Amino acid sequence: MMTAPPLTPDMPIQPQQKTVSTLSPWREAWRVFRGNKAAMLGLVSLILIMLVMVVGPAWYAVDPFGIVATPFHEPFVDSRYWLGSDYLGRDIVAGMLIGGRATLLVGVSSAAITVVIGISVGALAGYFGGWIDVSLSRLTELFQVLPALLFAMVLVTLFQPSLGVVICAIGMVSWTGTARLTRAEFIRLRGLEYVNAARTMGAGHWRLIWREILPNAMAPLIVSATLVVGVAILFEAGLSFLGLSDPNVMSWGMMIGANRRHILECWWAVTLPGAAIFLTVLSVSLVGDGLNDALNPKMHLR
Amino acid sequence: MTSPIDMTETTTNTAPLLEVRGLGVEFQTRGGTAHVLEDIHLQLRRGETLGLVGESGCGKSITALALMRLIPQPPGRITSGQILFEGKDLLQLPEAQMRRVRGNRISMIFQEPMTSLNPAYSVGDQIMESVRLHQGLDAQAALARAIEMLEAVGIPDAAGRVHQFPHQFSGGMRQRVMIAMALACQPDVLIADEPTTALDVTVQAQIFDLISEMRERTGTAVLLITHDMGAVAEMTDRMAVMYAGRMVEEGPTDLILSRPSHPYTQGLIACAPGRNPQSHGQPLQEIPGTVPSLLERQGGCTFADRCSHTQPRCRTHVPPSTWVQSGHRVMCWLYPDSEGARA
Repeated sequence: MMTAPPLTPDMPIQPQQKTVSTLSPWREAWRVFRGNKAAMLGLVSLILIMLVMVVGPAWYAVDPFGIVATPFHEPFVDSRYWLGSDYLGRDIVAGMLIGGRATLLVGVSSAAITVVIGISVGALAGYFGGWIDVSLSRLTELFQVLPALLFAMVLVTLFQPSLGVVICAIGMVSWTGTARLTRAEFIRLRGLEYVNAARTMGAGHWRLIWREILPNAMAPLIVSATLVVGVAILFEAGLSFLGLSDPNVMSWGMMIGANRRHILECWWAVTLPGAAIFLTVLSVSLVGDGLNDALNPKMHLR
Repeated sequence: MTSPIDMTETTTNTAPLLEVRGLGVEFQTRGGTAHVLEDIHLQLRRGETLGLVGESGCGKSITALALMRLIPQPPGRITSGQILFEGKDLLQLPEAQMRRVRGNRISMIFQEPMTSLNPAYSVGDQIMESVRLHQGLDAQAALARAIEMLEAVGIPDAAGRVHQFPHQFSGGMRQRVMIAMALACQPDVLIADEPTTALDVTVQAQIFDLISEMRERTGTAVLLITHDMGAVAEMTDRMAVMYAGRMVEEGPTDLILSRPSHPYTQGLIACAPGRNPQSHGQPLQEIPGTVPSLLERQGGCTFADRCSHTQPRCRTHVPPSTWVQSGHRVMCWLYPDSEGARA
């Protein structure tokens, strides 16, 4: 006796809702990113920090270098200087509001330099292979074994310590990771069928590198670039802590460096900019992790 | 078995569109020099379909890449021969001119439709790319051409789907897109390198039908690389059989399939299952032995070790090309035209 329910052909088959919309890989990534709470928190806090950096100093018009109060003014007691003052009597609020500008500017610009150098070197090495790969890889390794902080310090002391020099110095010492990542991606992608297909369509080297391979290597590169921003911010803070950044530009790192001898008397002048750096780097890292999840196709399978 | 072939068409003395003469390709490997192709001769006439058959590793795909001049160099090297396209030797063209041939005059479709499209661009962008590159169309005209091509290859709602990405298409649909891409510039030659190997059987038939239909519509000559004897019978006017980097037999498809001359071709056709109703329930036939290494080449016929008709000279002398009939030649010592040997 047959007990299985018969398959009735007239059973209403739910037609699958077919999305005829064009879901580009980037849109799809954004959809995943939006669903990631930690990453969205990082993004929101990063946007807030940037907003404060842009409009804050205009709204709170106190010279961060101006000596406006007595030194070691305690925070949260006087509404005029509600984050207190440092060892010279400079207003901490003014420093906090404007100090992120240099930090973020250096972080983003030197990450941009890193990405440009790293992608160019890695793409050429990975795409062409052979002696080009050998020489570019050796160059990468040479920069890799240089002690980054010392090399940056040498560059900054050789030229005058302006923001531009600091940006170039950080860019020069941190492109090696991006280059190696790009090279590995290019080696993986250059043998794929669609690259060969593009070749049979008459594409030249330039087109293959920039139009066919690079867009498909972008996902890990974007993630690494984001993380480089965080590293560069810390680098800048380190340089200005050592007094090697532009002395005419207030930055969080400089605030920490200037007050480091007085950490016992005025903890706030060191801790608050430190917390700001921490929060910024944390936000950048959260965004980076979120991008990693969103752009890594294997994670979509969860 | 197949539609009757107009013999006068294949035997007329019109100059072939594409002619390969004595092509040799070597690859440098750790183990030594691999003779991947030796003395390959092929002719492709306008509007004709030529089947190139042989087992994996016999050099079919390398032949296709050599026609496009896309053999990876190093390790590969074209050592001899000519590839005449409309009388001009492609091997002598500067690279910049060769790029204008690729995709424009000669284009190619691949085995793996799932990976042959770039996932970062919409299918429309990818079709537009080649027509903009080769024919200088502006974006609007290129988009119109892309939609027209997608319609031609049977993609429903082409105007809507032109902006979709490869991952939104099934394997068969992607192969259709590949065909649209390859034919968008109306090339003279389409090289199809096992275009259906990765597809379901039902989809295979559709793709073969599509290639035939597009060939009739555009007059493109097709070089079909496959090991599917059914497809060869169905699709091609003439066929060439390759074994271990050499041509062993070439001629009109129906002649070769009904009366294969070379022992290897005979074996290959006997291996195709289900051709003979009496073979049902019988073990599948195979050719004894394995393909010889391309590294150690002795003189003589490459098939000698597996052949059941081997003679002493098979191991010492490469058999010459012998015409067994008009338009049908075979490289084997069995055939008398070559120096009056025994049949």
